[in-house]
Amino acid sequence: MRSALKLAALALAAATALATPAAAHRMWMLPSATVLSGGDQWVTVDAAVSNDLFYFEHVPLRLDNLTITAPDGSPAKPENVSTGKYRSTFDVHLTQPGTYKMAVTNDAVFGSYKLGGEQKRFRAMGGKLPEIPETATDIRLSQAQGRLEIFVTSGKPTETVLKPTGKGLELVAETHPNNLAAGEEAKFALVLDGQPAADVEVEVVPGGNRYRSKLNDFKVKTDKDGKFTIKWPEAGMYWLSASVQDDKATIKNARRRASYTATLEVMPQ
Amino acid sequence: MRLLVYAAAGGIAATPLAAAELLVSVEIPRLNVSEYHRPYVAVWLEGAGQKVTNLAVWYDLEMKNGEGAKWLKDMRTWWRRSGRELAMPVDGISGATRPPGRHQIAFAGDRAPVAELAPGEYTLVVEAAREVGGRELLRVPFQWPPAAPVKAEQKGESELAAIAVELKP
Repeated sequence: MRSALKLAALALAAATALATPAAAHRMWMLPSATVLSGGDQWVTVDAAVSNDLFYFEHVPLRLDNLTITAPDGSPAKPENVSTGKYRSTFDVHLTQPGTYKMAVTNDAVFGSYKLGGEQKRFRAMGGKLPEIPETATDIRLSQAQGRLEIFVTSGKPTETVLKPTGKGLELVAETHPNNLAAGEEAKFALVLDGQPAADVEVEVVPGGNRYRSKLNDFKVKTDKDGKFTIKWPEAGMYWLSASVQDDKATIKNARRRASYTATLEVMPQ
Repeated sequence: MRLLVYAAAGGIAATPLAAAELLVSVEIPRLNVSEYHRPYVAVWLEGAGQKVTNLAVWYDLEMKNGEGAKWLKDMRTWWRRSGRELAMPVDGISGATRPPGRHQIAFAGDRAPVAELAPGEYTLVVEAAREVGGRELLRVPFQWPPAAPVKAEQKGESELAAIAVELKP
């Protein structure tokens, strides 16, 4: 019972963080390396939901919807998957040269209604809604589509995994996400269901904020074609996040919030 | 013998490159550290449009299964500019790591890779990365082909004591 409650709380925390990426709790994955040489390498990834980046101090990230795409587009398996008190971890054996994408996606529906003067709430994952009594009033439904990504390259960067899926909010990387350097500009775009996402605010937070007084975050906005440019102030790990709200939910009569979050490594020059 | 003749930009002189020579010296500092590993060193030329000509890459060639290639990416700039495009080891470029001291490598003007350099402005770039140590990158600009003997040096601060380029017309 207790562990079930804890799990539910975890799921809620994760889903809430996905639903509101601008909130205090940030959701992230952190790879041990993003640029590797020498073939046959491994990376290990931490995954958590926390306030400070990138420290595990709140709850682990649930890895139920983790997908890993190998450079040739085929799915790859995580190994040594474990979830602890504050973080989840998994390893990936990079058996192919090129760029891997690791993504945790979520699709949740949050609902509320009134029944006989009583306020009811529910949460449903994976698009399956609970039955709402016919006498219910003030029905409110909102769908949260979240995507959290990291990229890892062994050897020469490749493009296959960078193709967006066409579902929810996604990053289109004109500059390869494993080819970022301090002082340089990176050109990206956001797409919503595969279409340019114009006028969307993108928040960028550099890691390591536990040891500085200022968050040093900055915001950029996508242009009419969904494009945006980031000039990296210094080397390090960065957390990038954006979200949009619209009425294009896949659930009837629901509002949608689609969010995208990535951890990007910027190398020194 | 292959004789390459380039017309100088001003049209003043045509310079035969057969005898020309490009000498690069890399001085690896002696460091007083508890755990010392010889640095990985990459030596290359950057021409117009960041065109890269690799001259030397010193790394741990002898580890079994080519495991020494794991740290090639620590020469960050070299890795981005060209290293990741290569399948190491590369004949004529890769070599074993070198001990502290001054190391000179000579390139004849009539042989690859120098014979393939178009006349213009170049930068000699040397990047060193040391296991459990740091990374340093030094640059020395020069003109190729040289009109007169030239020597230019750049001192380093941490992982490289100095680098120099010497040009003989």
